[in-house]
Amino acid sequence: MAARLLFLRCVLALAAMVAGLVSAAAQNPNPEGIQIGLSTENISITAGFSGADLTIFGALENADPEVARQGRYDVIVVLEGPARRIVVRRKDRVLGVWINLQSEEFENVPVSYSVATTRPFQDITEPVSYRQLSLGTNNIYLQPADAEGNQPTIAEFTKALRERKVAAGLYSENVGGVRFLSQNLFRATVRLAPDAPVGTHKARAFLFKNGMFVKESSAQLEIRKAGFEQAVFRLAHNHGFFYGLLSVGFAMAVGWLGSIVFRRD
Amino acid sequence: MGIYLPIAELSVNVFVLLAMGAAVGFLSGLFGVGGGFLITPLLIFYNIPPAIAVATGANQVIGSSFSGAMSHMKRGTLDFRLGFMLLAGGIVGSTAGIYVFSILRSLGQLDLFISLLYVILLGTVGGLMLVESVNSLRAARGGAPTGLKRPGQHNWIHRLPLKMRFRTSKLFVSVIPVLGIGAIIGFLSSIMGVGGGFIMVPALIYLLRVPTNVVVGTSLFQIIFTSAYTTLVHATTNFTVDIVLAMLLMVGGVAGAQYGVKAGQKLRGEQLRALLALMVLAVAVRLAVDLFIRPDNVYSLSIPGMG
Repeated sequence: MAARLLFLRCVLALAAMVAGLVSAAAQNPNPEGIQIGLSTENISITAGFSGADLTIFGALENADPEVARQGRYDVIVVLEGPARRIVVRRKDRVLGVWINLQSEEFENVPVSYSVATTRPFQDITEPVSYRQLSLGTNNIYLQPADAEGNQPTIAEFTKALRERKVAAGLYSENVGGVRFLSQNLFRATVRLAPDAPVGTHKARAFLFKNGMFVKESSAQLEIRKAGFEQAVFRLAHNHGFFYGLLSVGFAMAVGWLGSIVFRRD
Repeated sequence: MGIYLPIAELSVNVFVLLAMGAAVGFLSGLFGVGGGFLITPLLIFYNIPPAIAVATGANQVIGSSFSGAMSHMKRGTLDFRLGFMLLAGGIVGSTAGIYVFSILRSLGQLDLFISLLYVILLGTVGGLMLVESVNSLRAARGGAPTGLKRPGQHNWIHRLPLKMRFRTSKLFVSVIPVLGIGAIIGFLSSIMGVGGGFIMVPALIYLLRVPTNVVVGTSLFQIIFTSAYTTLVHATTNFTVDIVLAMLLMVGGVAGAQYGVKAGQKLRGEQLRALLALMVLAVAVRLAVDLFIRPDNVYSLSIPGMG
């Protein structure tokens, strides 16, 4: 099934104001800023959900037209899922059988992390600033539950955690996913994986000028299950016993209907 | 067409699941087994988390055994007294199984344990059945009368105390082995998501000498309640029953079963048993290969307290 495109149009009340400020900014040494806006604060996942491309619009404030014309402004947009504790396990061979032996627990790991950039990472800024900002799938800070543990082991499991997340499509990078529509308006496309987690997602935009980090702005987005899925999920988690009874009842009804519809004798 | 499973929290293809249900339903109609032992591994091969595959498998088993038990009840081939005694053991076994299930899950060894149990049980049952059916196929070719042999009327089980009379089964036997068989089936049901018919039927026939015509109905009756209990407890403690997944499997399964029954009428008993044995062995081998071959990725992620 083709990925359903889900556009989040942002209405920029600021747009007019920003446009007005641009001319002034040329002389005015006001620091640049960045704004992003989402037209909706929540996205509903329905039965047909198979991932989506999320479009986020934003604008630069006080952009220097000279710098903008030379394309020396860069924007990185990140959509980060809710944080959870995660256990990474490694299988090793014991008597010929592959068994989970070693494990390492991490705290506050974003379940999903989708990033879009104007240009390839190495062209925007130095590796050091990515690490400082903990920006990009290779630089997300993954905090081990036991930071005092064996360092090589922690490094190994941290790497494995990133790789598994990337392989599952939950951590993704979209180079060229941010496009300037005008000198100070941009549009970012970030990927929402089919099994994107429900909860509060944070959209963040980072502005770079001449390879230097300038400003960051963020907005929140609630992803939740809609309609039937939402009802089922809530029922199962809040009223487990009743949900269990319901599942049993449905199964018996299907079995009974089956024996009526197709008589075997 | 994709559908989002609310509990498994992932998108799957509706037609794959319907086809899976239909295929297993066809086989269960063909061979007269519940099919839980095929559904759960198939779901795991389809990347459904094993914890959800097991709990949902138990839920799906209710549907198929309920329709079977109904027709046996009408024909009077269901021993309620024996069924209730098996059930009493089943509840105990199932409770223990769910406890073990949660411990294994927190240790990260659940998947391994499920696979090992499947390999051992399916390997043993499949192997025994294959030997038995090949022998009777040979005997049939030699012109000898076929059918399951029922050696010596009494064994050690019939000397145990606490005897009880089961009228429908024309049995006077100790309740200890009855409760024991029930408990083992209950344990397997909660850990493997199976009804356990493929173990219960031979156990009742060979160990307790229950008449063959009563065995299937009584085993189905007990399986309904054990798997209903398992489903309930999984739903309350582990939140791993996916009702949408179970529904899709059951709808496919009920339809598939009808064609299976018709196809089964065209095949001879020993041929059927040999085929079933081969299939059971194939599933066991497939699971065993996964255990012994280096996995594509030795690392796996899980959320503590979740599958």
